[in-house]
Parts: sequence; structure tokens; C-alpha cells
Amino acid sequence: MKKTIKIMSLYPKEMNIYGDYGNFLTLKKRLEWNGFEVKHISHEIGQKLDESADIILGGGGQDSGQNKIQDDLLKNSKKIHRMVENGTPMLMICGMYQLFGLYFKTNKNEHIDGIGVFDAWTEAGPERLIGNIITESEDFGELVGYENHSGLTYLNKNQGAFAKVLRGAGNNGVDQSEGARSFNAIGSYLHGPVLPKNPRLADEIIKIAVTKKYGDYEFKKLDDQIAIKAHNIAATRPR
Amino acid sequence: MKKTTVFLGKAVRNVARLRGGGSALPGAIVEKIDPDFLKEVLNNLPYGVAVVSGTNGKTTTTKIIVELLESQGLKVFTNRTGSNFTRGVISEIIGEIQGGCFDFDIAVLELDEAYAARFVDQVQPNFSLILNVFRDQLDRFGEIDKTAKLLEKVAKKTKKEVILNREDRLVSEISNQIKTPVAFFGHAEKLAENFPVDDETHTTSKRKNNQKHPATVELIGLKNRRAEYQIDGKKYLATLKLSGSHNALNGAAALAIVQAILGEKFDATKNVKALAKVEPAFGRGEIIEIGKTKLELLLVKNPSGFQSALRSQYKKSASTMIAINDQYADGRDMSWLWDVDFHELKKVTAISGIRAYDMALRLQYDDVDFKHVATDLKKSLKYFLSKHSSEDKQIFCTYTAMLAIRKILAKSHDVRRVL
Repeated sequence: MKKTIKIMSLYPKEMNIYGDYGNFLTLKKRLEWNGFEVKHISHEIGQKLDESADIILGGGGQDSGQNKIQDDLLKNSKKIHRMVENGTPMLMICGMYQLFGLYFKTNKNEHIDGIGVFDAWTEAGPERLIGNIITESEDFGELVGYENHSGLTYLNKNQGAFAKVLRGAGNNGVDQSEGARSFNAIGSYLHGPVLPKNPRLADEIIKIAVTKKYGDYEFKKLDDQIAIKAHNIAATRPR
Repeated sequence: MKKTTVFLGKAVRNVARLRGGGSALPGAIVEKIDPDFLKEVLNNLPYGVAVVSGTNGKTTTTKIIVELLESQGLKVFTNRTGSNFTRGVISEIIGEIQGGCFDFDIAVLELDEAYAARFVDQVQPNFSLILNVFRDQLDRFGEIDKTAKLLEKVAKKTKKEVILNREDRLVSEISNQIKTPVAFFGHAEKLAENFPVDDETHTTSKRKNNQKHPATVELIGLKNRRAEYQIDGKKYLATLKLSGSHNALNGAAALAIVQAILGEKFDATKNVKALAKVEPAFGRGEIIEIGKTKLELLLVKNPSGFQSALRSQYKKSASTMIAINDQYADGRDMSWLWDVDFHELKKVTAISGIRAYDMALRLQYDDVDFKHVATDLKKSLKYFLSKHSSEDKQIFCTYTAMLAIRKILAKSHDVRRVL
């Protein structure tokens, strides 16, 4: 029998504004190319959150999308925390990254509560931070992506960043941090989407999920020449 | 209209032409010395101004509207060079002024969302047509809800009538926010699968049904290029020269605004006939003869546009090239390629453009075969034209890639100059 990995998209209806579906597709195909079966499930507002998911993905949304899902997310906070502490890999981009923090302070000074997986908070900034971005992560190497956010995110002192900004703005444009990481949950502002052009990150996420579920991990090296070229060209493009 | 202003503008225009290019320069100078120039000239036109805005289909729809109005005997001013900025529009007006006289019945202007919202502060249009709001160029406008807000402002400032797309949730909702009279265009429910909607991508749950407003012009049938329209309850058939279901819907949009502009003088039969004759706009399904075969240029710039082109314009019998650039005018973010489903493509002969490898990577993940990948457009075109030389060809390209391809082809082939 084929080994199965269950990937869950969080609120794909509201929080998939731009290309983040590519993150799912990348994981799915890379798993399939290695003989795994992939089961894709969505968690929508009002549904029971399936704790047996092996990987959770979340995308960027607009303010209106964020407001809609906030209550449902808070309701499932305990479950998600439990999964984080059990080491389930998660990749939360942009809007979902912000909601995985403690709170989002709007420009009207309202606090929108997040679920606090990351010990970080976000404030509405004066302008959108937009453009190509290059970062470097100790565990995943150089990462390329495209950021597009007005929220400025600050990490509390015990919260580790996901990567360090080499070019671009990152969390807040000041401290060179990009994203956050708690256990295997990653938050990041990198669209692009991030996984196709950063296959090493994709494979690490897969490795964590497979090892956690099946104990062992055997993964053949895939031909990533096209991905590497796309990565290298992206790194040379103007902001 | 101040004669000195026009005189000065013309003088600058001539100098600018001698220098080569610089089409916005005379406009910039006129704007400085006579800030009300645009308002005065445009407000004096008998039918005033009609603005066309939205994410997709502005250029083709504007072209249709202009040709429909011209077929009914109107003299129409339009921003043909695609110049979106006030200065560009002023420069073109100066170019058209003969003996101090700007002799037109109406101005039909294609304006992008952000610019349209600024333009209406200066000149209030009599009519506006809002086509759609798709996820596009978010790097420029921020978020799609904000784009909808910009278009709402255009609608609010419109004096006589606003034409809205009933099938686009964000656009049709504008009708709840404005006092100006509204007319809708749309398509029959049974045609819905021809028109991808952003809200539906990558989710299993269905989009909530729109409030179904009655449409003055409705696309009720579509088979290849045979389109059937229902206008005020009566049915009209047309075989279009334009390809693609989205262009059949753009036809409905154009008919609706022309009906609003002409009022009682509107003759549906004549206008549908004129619509059938409209040829594709610059790079929008434009066909270039290469020897005995035809090469079709298809402009793609966002997920829904690319999806529509694949669904309704892609020919399996033709050989295919894709050229993706990421200049400012194309949008720098490549994320959009991942919201397009490429499974329709059988095989791709060549992939090119600055972001050729992004495109190739995207196709890899949809299991589409491709051969040649290179960032150099010249090299890729040479390869592409040499392969399958007896087959018709299609190139899906982003805006600046299209300009570059036209330029390269013009050197070796007879390419009609539009710009």
C-alpha cells in the first residue's frame, strides 16, 4: 500500500489571494514523484479541524478575508497549538502568518487577535512593502520570493526568525528578520510562491512530515535544474 | 480653449517629435500653463466623456465601442496610443486640434483603475463602463478590494449612466453604493463555465450566487465565434472576428454602453452587425502572416486572462510558445502563473522571456512537455519559427514581451504597425 500524506489548506477561499496554491502543488508533486499518495483537504469556516493532517498550509489574504476567518481560527487555536507542539510542519504566508502571531494592530488602533503560535505582533505600516526579496535561512539556505504587505511584524525576544533578509524589507524593514519559526511551524512574507523556486525548503517540509508519520525517510534526488535557474534569475531581478 | 495653450502645445509636440518620441512632453507643458485645459475641451463635447476601466479587456472593449459609435456616424476621440496618463491624453488632444477646433462628438477613454480614479476628479464622465476586477498586478494597487474601491469612485463621479458587469461580484456590488443610474451586461447562466471567476479558484465550495440583476445586454449563446445577444428582450446573432469567450462578453459590455450613450437613437441590429466586423486590438489575438502560416499573438497578464485564453483561444493544432517578462508593465511578481491551470496545453515548443524558467517550472508541475527554454526572445523566436514550419503558431505573451516580439518580427516579416 502506498504511503499517504495529508495536506491541509487553511481557508483557501478567503486566504489564497495570490499564487499560494503553488506551495500545495509543489509539495503534492514532489511527494507523488517519490511514490507517495497525497490527500488534499481544506479547512473552511465552521468545519471541524482535522487534527490528523500531516502538513498545514495557509496563504495571504486581504483584510476582508482576515476578518472573516478570525473567529473560526481562534476557536481552533488549541488544536493548532497542539499540532505545532507535536511537530506538524506548517507554512503560513503573509496574512495567515500575521494571524499566527499574537495580534494585528490596525491603523485605527484596533487589536485583531491572532492565535499566538508565534510570539510576534503586527502593526499596520505607513506604506506597502512590495518587491522581490532574498533571504537566507540557516536550515534552508538562500530563499527568493516576492513580498507584498503593509503590516510590520515584530518578534519578541525569544521568538526565532525564519530567515535573515539579504535584500528587501522582510518583517518590518528594520531588523533584517524575515518570518518566524516555532517548532516546525514557519511563518513568512514570501510569496512567489515560495516553495517552487526554493525546492530545498519544500523537501525539508516533506522530510519532517514523512519522518514524523512513518519513522523513516527515503527520498530520491529530483531534477531541479529548472527550479535552480528560476531561483537564480529571480535573485537578479530589480526590487 | 486658449489658443496660446494649443499653439504652445503643438510647438512642443513638433520639437518633441524631432527629438524622437516624448509623446507626453507637450501634455506636461500644457498641463502646467493651463490646468483646466483637459476639463474644458472634454466637457464641451456633445456626448461628453465615456470611461472604460477594469482589469481585463479594456483595450479590446474600447476599440469595439469606438467602432460601434463610428459606424453610427459619430466622430470619436480615443486614447489610441494606450497612453493612460493625463499628459498623454492632453498630448493626443493637441495632436487632434485643427485650426483651434477639437471636432469630436465624444471621447472614449481607456483608463486603468488607479488612474481612472484620479482622472474623474478632473473630468467627470457622462458614462462609465466597469468590466471586471480580477487579481492582477497586486504589486501596484495593493489589494483587490482597494481596486474595487477605486472603480466605485469612478462610478460615483459618473454623471449619466454607469454600466456594470453583473457577473463580477465586486463590480455588481458597486450598484449598491451609487446614486447614478446603472445598467448591467452579463451572460446566461449556462455559459458560466466559459468565464473563470477568481472566487472559485482552488476551493471546493461554490461561489455565492450574485444578486441577479436584469441585464440590458446579455450574451445568451456562444459557439466558437458565433455569439447570440439578447438586447431588451430581442435576440441577435453575430459571427465575430474576435476570438475568445471573454471577447464575446466584451461585445455585450460595448453594446450596453453604446446603448446608454445613444439612447433612443440606438439601433441594435446595426450595432450587432458592426460588432461582428471589429478586428482584434494590438496584440490581442492579432494575427501575423509568416509565409503560408499564421502566427497569433495572445496577450496574457493575469490568471483569469491566461485561463480564458487557454480555454477559448488555444488551438491544439498550432505550435505554442510562451513568453513571460517581469518588467514593471508586466508586473514583477510571478505568483500569478501558479493560479493558472495549464493542463489544457498539449505541448509547448518554446518558452522565453526574462522569466522563462519560472514558466518552465510552472509547466513542470502541471506535467506539460516543453522543449526549448531561453531568456533571449530573439533566439527563442528563431527556434520557434524554424520548428513545425507548416503549422500555425500561437504565442502567449506578457505586455513587454509582446512589444519585443512584434519588433523582432517586424524586421523580417510584414507586421502591421499599430502604434
